[in-house]
Amino acid sequence: MLATVGYYEEWWIQILKAIVIFAVGLQLVPVVLLAERKLLGRFQSRYGPNRVGPYGALQPLADILKLLTKEQFRPTSSIGFLFMFAPLVSIVTAVAAFAIIPFGNVQHIFGTPVGLYGIDVSIGPLYLFAFGAVAFYGIMLGGWSSGSKYSFLGAMRGAAQLISYEVSQGLALVGVIFTAQTLSLTGIVQAQAGMWYIVPQFFGFLIFLTASFAEINRAPFDLTEADAELVGGYNTEFGGGRFASYYFAEYLNVLVVSGIVTTVFLGGWLLPFGIHPPGWVDPFVVLFKMSLFTFFFIWVRATLPRLRYDQLMSFGWKILLPLATLNALVTAVLVVVTH
Amino acid sequence: MWTPGDDLIEVQRAPAPGATRSTWRTFRETVRGLMTTFGRFLETPVTVQYPEEKTPVYPRFRGRHKLHRFDETPHDGGQGGLEKCVGCSLCAAACPADCIRVVAAENTPENRVSAGERYAAVYEINLSRCIFCGYCEIACPFDAITMGHDYELSDYDRSDLIFTKEMLLAEPLERTPLRNEGE
Repeated sequence: MLATVGYYEEWWIQILKAIVIFAVGLQLVPVVLLAERKLLGRFQSRYGPNRVGPYGALQPLADILKLLTKEQFRPTSSIGFLFMFAPLVSIVTAVAAFAIIPFGNVQHIFGTPVGLYGIDVSIGPLYLFAFGAVAFYGIMLGGWSSGSKYSFLGAMRGAAQLISYEVSQGLALVGVIFTAQTLSLTGIVQAQAGMWYIVPQFFGFLIFLTASFAEINRAPFDLTEADAELVGGYNTEFGGGRFASYYFAEYLNVLVVSGIVTTVFLGGWLLPFGIHPPGWVDPFVVLFKMSLFTFFFIWVRATLPRLRYDQLMSFGWKILLPLATLNALVTAVLVVVTH
Repeated sequence: MWTPGDDLIEVQRAPAPGATRSTWRTFRETVRGLMTTFGRFLETPVTVQYPEEKTPVYPRFRGRHKLHRFDETPHDGGQGGLEKCVGCSLCAAACPADCIRVVAAENTPENRVSAGERYAAVYEINLSRCIFCGYCEIACPFDAITMGHDYELSDYDRSDLIFTKEMLLAEPLERTPLRNEGE
């Protein structure tokens, strides 16, 4: 059964929105790429890239151009079709997940009501987890089809890690869904009008954030890549445009998770202290909050060393999952008692 | 049954038992680490932007060699402007890398090049072989050769790294800043 759309829109509005979100959203990726390298530099008391363009602003463009002009290289032991297909899976799922992040409420642009989001599905978090699960195929197929032991090890770790942490991530959101009584992401934002969920759901927030690091393979949970031990993990054998796809998807996932945390725990486009700015400010509020979390992701990467594999597993199953379950349970009891 | 002896040391491989406390400890240490890196973030970077800025060298830094002349103003018996090198080849003898070549010639009253009886007709240092040990400087009885401060000596051709007497005598482009007192 198809999910019902929160607000009915004309087909041409849908197409226009898709183009705008694609154009704006994907421009953010080079910005995050540069921000990561610059910030990592500052965290290590150095400047980061500052040679290409003013303050190194053209560095991501130079990187991408370099990658795209490289030879599309394939090991003889690889499985050709899957080897080409896997990076596409990664990038498509990342872009698809980006579609549900609400950047603002329904606005009247030239008299036409337009929701400032790709699509407001009534099963918001489930949509996210569905694509998260498919994104795992991008890593798994990429690593397996490379025909290399490092890639395969990376992919296997990725499989275990994603399955383990997706459970905790989901359970952390359950608390929010209980409280908001809706699965629609715009609905969840509107339910936070009184108080952002970071306050009543603080533990849920921490658990979700931690599990998100593992979900998008960021340090300290970047065991799928683990450059020190697995060369490059699942993307060892990829070069040129295919590697660029993986790279792009990785940073887009950072943005998606930042957006989801913003939406679910930080009140999306809402501002505190009852400030109601005009509608066009909403996307900037969301982008600002997203940048805070992106900064946090980079900050953590600059700080924490990579976990050992058994530590990763025991942390996921013995600490994070019980905490997430407890959080959901307590929230459920409180919701029943107060209603 | 195997009983461990007294000399057995138990190595704690996992966080200490007691999940709550170890979780709290891990969390606290994580926050401490984050604060540490944030402190670095607020500082100004320590990077030296090399081609534009250079680290100043110490006065005794051993860089590219220089050959010297007597000062232009004649104050020691009309030697002004003459080369200090007398072509004795002691530097070449002292050189462990064998990179100095000196061919001496007699000074004549018409063609007076150095202050001594003889002068260096050919004086070449192969800087691609030089190990910058400074023995030539120590060996020289007239302080004719000293180690300068330049270290930017890369070139596109090996033959360009053989520095002739004219190149070593020429006033070098001051490309390397000198460290000041107390710096």
